[in-house]
This record gives sequence, C-alpha cells and structure tokens, in this order.
Amino acid sequence: MTDVLTEAQQLAYANAQAADGRVNVEVETEDGMTLNIGPQHPATHGTLRVVARLDGEQVVSADVICGYMHRGYEKLCEVRSYPQVTTLINRIDWLGSFANEVPFILAAEQLMEIEVPDRAKWIRTILFEMSRLANISLFIGDLSLQVGAQTPAFLAFRDREYVLNQIEAVTGGRFHPNFDRIGGLKDDLPKGWIADTKAAMVRIREFCDLMDELVLGNEIFQMRMRGVGIIPPEVALSYGLSGANLRGSGVDWDLRRDANIGLAYDQVDWKVWTHPDGDSYARSWVRVQEIREATKIIDQLLDTMPSGPVMAKVPRIIKVPEGEAYVATENPLGEMGYYLVSKGDTGPFRVKIRSASFNNISIVPWLLKGVYVPDIIAILGSLYFILGDIDR
Amino acid sequence: MADDAPTTDEAPVEEAPPTDERREAVVAELRELMGDAVVDALVKPGLGIWVRVATDAWSETAEVVRHRMDFRFFDFLSAIDWLPSPYGRYEDSAVDVPFPPPMPDRADAEPGYTGGDTRFQVLGSVAKPGTDLRLLLKADVPDDDLRIGTWVRTFAGAAWHERETHEMFGITFEGNPDLRHIYLPSDFEGHPLRKEFPLLSRVVKPWPGIVDVEPMPGEADDAEGGEDA
Repeated sequence: MTDVLTEAQQLAYANAQAADGRVNVEVETEDGMTLNIGPQHPATHGTLRVVARLDGEQVVSADVICGYMHRGYEKLCEVRSYPQVTTLINRIDWLGSFANEVPFILAAEQLMEIEVPDRAKWIRTILFEMSRLANISLFIGDLSLQVGAQTPAFLAFRDREYVLNQIEAVTGGRFHPNFDRIGGLKDDLPKGWIADTKAAMVRIREFCDLMDELVLGNEIFQMRMRGVGIIPPEVALSYGLSGANLRGSGVDWDLRRDANIGLAYDQVDWKVWTHPDGDSYARSWVRVQEIREATKIIDQLLDTMPSGPVMAKVPRIIKVPEGEAYVATENPLGEMGYYLVSKGDTGPFRVKIRSASFNNISIVPWLLKGVYVPDIIAILGSLYFILGDIDR
Repeated sequence: MADDAPTTDEAPVEEAPPTDERREAVVAELRELMGDAVVDALVKPGLGIWVRVATDAWSETAEVVRHRMDFRFFDFLSAIDWLPSPYGRYEDSAVDVPFPPPMPDRADAEPGYTGGDTRFQVLGSVAKPGTDLRLLLKADVPDDDLRIGTWVRTFAGAAWHERETHEMFGITFEGNPDLRHIYLPSDFEGHPLRKEFPLLSRVVKPWPGIVDVEPMPGEADDAEGGEDA
C-alpha cells in the first residue's frame, strides 16, 4: 500500500490513526519518521498533541496541535454578567484557580474606580500566593514523574493538600474558589485560620527542602535537565514567555514587583529569583525558589494583616462604566491578563484573555528542533503548561 | 504607651498625578519615530497607553517599538469587533425573538479608546521588560478587505496569536505563512468571535438565570397532578 501513496498521504493517514487510536504511531518514510505524542499522553497532562518529524533520534521539526479543550470563554464572557464571569475563568488554570479571578476583578475595579479595603487586599494576595503553592508544588511532582521518579509525585500530592485545605477553609472550594468579588471578597477569614496557615507554610518549606535534595539535587535529574531546551532571553521575550520560563532565562522581571496593581506585594520583603542558564533545569529551579518565596510572602502578610471590612461599598447590580482596561498579574504559570472592554452594561462587551500557557507553549516548535526524543518530555515538562490555560 | 502615634482612618492626602510623564514620553517618542502613522493616542495616568496607528503601518509599528523603543516583550495580539451584538445578551427567550434577528447597522459600531473608522480593529500589546510600561496598539482593519500586515517577522510569538485572530475574526495577516486553524476544527465555518456569530447553546436554550423555561422537577409533577385532580 505504501507504494501508491504519497508521503503527505501517508502522514495524514498516520496522524488520523494516531488521533483515533490515541496511541503513539511511528511511521517510517524515506527521510525519517513521524512520532505522534498525544492527544492522550501522560507527558502532556491534558489533551495536547505534538507531532514530531524525526531523523533517527533527533527531531527535525515539530508541530503542536491544541484546541481539544477549547471552550470559547471569550465568547461566553460576552453573555454573562460581571459576577458570573469569575465562575467561568476559574477553570482556565485549574490548579491555581483563585489567581485567575484576580486580574479580571482588578480590571473591572479599575474601570469602576473602586478602592478595595486593605484587609481584602491582604487576603487576596495571600490566596493568590496559595494558588501558586498549590499549582507549582504539583508541577515538581509531575515533572519528576515524567523523567522517571515516582516518589516526589506522591510527596507533592501529600503536601499540596495542606494548602488546599486552607484554601477550602476560607472559600469553601478546593479547586474552584469563586471567592473574589468586585469590591473585595465574599467573606472574611474563619477563626483560627492564620495559625493553621502558618503551620501549613512550615510544611511547604519542608517540602521545598525535600525537593531540593530529592529532585533538584538528584544527579539523574540534573543529567536529564541540564543543557536541555535552552531558551535565550531575547527569544523568550519575542515569544512572550512569562513567569518562571522567562526568569529561568535570566530576565529579571516580575509583575508582582515591577507592575503591582491592587495587591499587597509592596508591603512585604521578598526577592525575585532568576537563573542565567535558560535550560530545563533553570526553569524548574526557579519554580522551587518561587514557592519558597511565596511561603515567606504569606507569613509576612499574615503577621501584618489589617483589620476592617473585606468588602467596599458597591452597587447591588454591577454596571461597569464605559471604557477599556488591561490588567495583568504574575500568575503561577506566568503573566495572565484580561483586556476588558465595557460599554456600560451589566456584562462585558469583549474580553480578551491573555493566558500564560498559550504563549509559553508557542515556543515548542522552535525549541524542539534538533533535540533528542527523550528530551521532548523533559522540555514539555519544564515549560509547564495547563491545558485549560492554553485552550481557554 | 506614651508616644502612641495618633491613628486615623484617613489615608494620607495623596495628590492624584494629573499627568504621567513616563507614559507621555513613550507616546512622544513613538510619534517622533512614526510621524503621521500615529493616528491617535491616549494615556491614562498610571494605568496604560493606547495608541492607534495607520493600517498600513501596523507591521512597521512592531519593528519600531521592538528595535528602537525597547518594547521587546510580546504580550498578545487580538482583535475587537465593535458591532453591537444582534442577539443582545440573550436575555430574551428564543420564542420571543425571530432567528436570525435583524443585523445592527454598520454605523452603530462605536469604537473605544483612540477612536476608529472601521468595524474591526486589531489590538496588540507589547511591554518593556523590567518595567510596568506596556503599549496597547490598535489599528483599523478596512471593512471591505479584512487584511492587515503581520507581526511575525518581528515577534515570533505573534504567529499563534494571528492564527487565533484569523479563525476567530476572519482577519488575514499578510505575510504570516501559516494561518491554519489553531483551536477550531479545520473544516469549521464562520468566525465565532464576530458579533453576528450566534452562541447556539443560548439560542437553543435561554439562560436559566434569566428565563426559567423548565419547571423544577417537583413542581411539574405537582402541577400535572393538580390538573388531573
């Protein structure tokens, strides 16, 4: 059969088969082979498909196919009222849900010119950083799993639970808090929460130390990750990479420090971590430092928590004045922003969702050129994407 | 405590800066470099810069902001359809409204900041690394010919964003070699983010928060039972 088909037809056939069978298919052609990864593959944590053309063990070119989870949030936002939108956007980056709500609420508040009470600002910042802990602690476990280490994954799931319990205690939701409101927060902190959270932060710092030894300090891990998938800073900027992927390339830029809007980061003493190498190891290393730093931010904010209300005075039916606003925050995965266009209605006229993973993953075709097959997994793992954040 | 500082709830008097010199300087620099291609600009002090450039200067703008103004971080690229939605907010049930509803007049499309003459506008955002400076760039896309220059030669990351904008709005970016669908199936027809594209799930079944078309399970049984009796 292969004699009568052109190469393009063979590839199309193989790709179709791969999509149907959800298995990895390798097709030999005259000048190489095509390897399909996904859409269902452990290394893609979600439904992402990578089709790589190989020459021996090396990738000649790679194509990323996404959209298996596209839910059309930008369209759906246009028919919902402002309070209803947070329920939707919770589901973009589902491991750090609360952090998704914040930039949208901040954009709406900017247009309404609402000043949020200090206590709400503090609690928002704490929950924002806790989303980071929940998100990135799982990243480390997941990454280790992909490069062949089982134990850190279980430790990550165990220790993430301390954070999720605290988030649940405040918001009532472990994964989708839907807690942020225009003008403040839905509710105040429960009794005894501050002490419990401090204890949880100690556990997370222990987890970081453990990961330093078990993962980052592991010789096999370093061999797999060092010098693999190097992204120079200029390339990272031109692809719009953000978060630890950008700081892992040595760009000292963090929106929490440099463009802080409406959160309490200017009230605490903390540090932005960067790594000059730009390889997969650097990205993982920066993330571990970031969650350790996040626990310090949370501890300081808990110590300086102001008293007072958690909600500003807002009208019962929320109408946002006509105007446009773009607010971006430094989410666990990188820069997340909402471009909000209001026509003075009860719902947005247009929302453009700038999610971190979409830009972070757009570099993959460039990055995979010339790498070896096992490194594909290490690179995808270290870029760290959430499918909901790519497909929105 | 003797030296107890008087605590007041009033915040220290802050004078809102009426102008934002840093952002005004960015606009001035762009005007100098681009000349007449800068159609309009708006600075919201402390919040953002909006600049509308001429359609045929769209690609050149990217070159200028990246190479001559140090806005090297590509943020996002998208488009806005300024036509009011013919379906409103789907608050009426499908029974009340004829489908498809009459299209709004083209003249009803009202552009936002920095104005505009066309229904569609592209919107791009770039930022200066290490700072909070961000440029929101807009350009009109001619109504009769939805074409505009590409940014991929300047910002590699624009490739995917242009693919998305192409499938969602039907705007063609000249010079982008790969405008395949990115989210939608390759045989999908229509451009979902255009205002005239209906959100079919809402057309078929109106939003239950607004029109409760189906009685609750218990109520239905009770009502029928009541009629029978």
